[in-house]
Amino acid sequence: MAKLLQLLESDCTLTRDQLASMAGMTVEEVEAAIKRYEDEKIILGYQAVVDWDRTHREAVTALIEVKVTPQRGEGFDRVAERIYQYDEVESVYLMSGAFDLTVIISGRTLKEVAHFVGEKLATLEDVTGTATHFILRKYKENHLIFEKREEQEKEWIFV
Amino acid sequence: MNYDSILSERVKELRPSGIRRFFDILEEMKDAISLGVGEPDFVTPWHIRDAGIYSLEKGFTKYTSNAGMAGLRRDIASYLERRFDLKYDFATQMIVTVGGSEAIDMTMRALLNPGDEVIIPVPSFVCYAPLAQMTGAKAVLAETRVEDEFKLTPELLKSCLTPKTKLVVVPFPNNPTGGIMEKADYEALAEVLRGTGVMLLSDEIYAELTYGQHHFSPANLPELYDRTVVVNGFSKSHAMTGWRMGYVCGPAPIIKQMLKLHQFGIMSAPTTSQYAAIEAMQNGDRDIEKMRDEYDGRRRYLVEGLRRIGLPCHEPRGAFYVFPDIRGTGLSSDEFCERFLMEEKVAVISGAAFGPGGEGFVRCCYATSMKDIAEALTRLDNFLTNLKKKQGRGEA
Repeated sequence: MAKLLQLLESDCTLTRDQLASMAGMTVEEVEAAIKRYEDEKIILGYQAVVDWDRTHREAVTALIEVKVTPQRGEGFDRVAERIYQYDEVESVYLMSGAFDLTVIISGRTLKEVAHFVGEKLATLEDVTGTATHFILRKYKENHLIFEKREEQEKEWIFV
Repeated sequence: MNYDSILSERVKELRPSGIRRFFDILEEMKDAISLGVGEPDFVTPWHIRDAGIYSLEKGFTKYTSNAGMAGLRRDIASYLERRFDLKYDFATQMIVTVGGSEAIDMTMRALLNPGDEVIIPVPSFVCYAPLAQMTGAKAVLAETRVEDEFKLTPELLKSCLTPKTKLVVVPFPNNPTGGIMEKADYEALAEVLRGTGVMLLSDEIYAELTYGQHHFSPANLPELYDRTVVVNGFSKSHAMTGWRMGYVCGPAPIIKQMLKLHQFGIMSAPTTSQYAAIEAMQNGDRDIEKMRDEYDGRRRYLVEGLRRIGLPCHEPRGAFYVFPDIRGTGLSSDEFCERFLMEEKVAVISGAAFGPGGEGFVRCCYATSMKDIAEALTRLDNFLTNLKKKQGRGEA
């Protein structure tokens, strides 16, 4: 079962046939397992990893360190929930160390991101401080490398 | 100059591989899919590449000892024991070579005299017979059969054995058939060889790519240990084809003689590659598992796909090749490959290129992406459907 999830995590475009052969299952077993994973939210969704820098779309991504005051009985969950509801927010992680939450947000412009941080994030009552880092270039995400690799010169030899 | 009269008779007698023309066509074809390659599609794992780079940064660019760095040989010895339960003394029973190929060449040259016979199971990789012929020995081809899962059976061995037999090549897991040999298979061969002076050259370059079971070496049998030379390397197990790293292990008196050939012909295997190989031996087991797991998934998918389309194929249990039976199409292996390439732009290799026993089969390599394998299967289905239609109309 873990095998099927690993295969889907690395490439969710594999067909049911391919998944079945590779995981050593029948197609019916694969379909049933995927349905269960989806129902139980073990599989949350299927997305493409896009290199927007190769398109005409302008996009800015920022990583924000957020310090918050935890709430009695709810810890960090309530404030995290208030943050992740915003559409601009891509990811939210609870961290160990010098700050509490990492929030990754994307916007069209620097101004848009700054506005979100200043107006929405920093003003939440439990947020005690933020530090914003703009992402200048993505090299690798989800095991995928953004730069197009050079290929070795191809010469057919008989092996 | 009349070079023809100058050149060595033996080298002139070697026949070049017949599929060069096929590759020339393939090179011109822009959007062809190839199941024709014979090497991993993975890049060497980064930590191994990094070790090579680091050695260059440190300026480790000199020759090593002839047999290879002692540290590397120690690591290889420990790897062979850890992974295959093979015990070799790094100091007297091992040489680090330029790929498995040099190891095969040296084994032949160290053992064979003119007139000796070498039994070579075919279909198999194409280097054994030419290298044997260069020593003046005679290659005796033993045709393995699909009914026997392309194993070298004791009956087949017996039928080829003569008083002149010096060496038997055992190339398993096998390129191109994917066939393997198990413990019982070697026990049966041991019985045939008992009382003879015949040696075995076990080419185990695909040993790590054995699926669903552990690789078994003839040298695992105490009875065969003293008459076996084991050839292995890093090309297939660690995706290191271009580094040219192999090794040969065997009885000390043979290795001692071989070291002279290696010393005079090669000096020492590439130093950068040896440093990378140390990293591969010390920290590379997980890479092997990961790549084998990936190949195994593709293997099952390709075998199931071929059978679904209607090409029978035996279950390949090693290497990264499937060897389907195309006799039902009415085409020869060469015709099949050429027409499949021209009509559907997919390259597979004619079984006939691997020796007489390969006629009627083609080699499909699954060291390529799932996407390409899936597309190749779709095109193969098309090809066979069209072929049937044409044959029905009497056009093909």
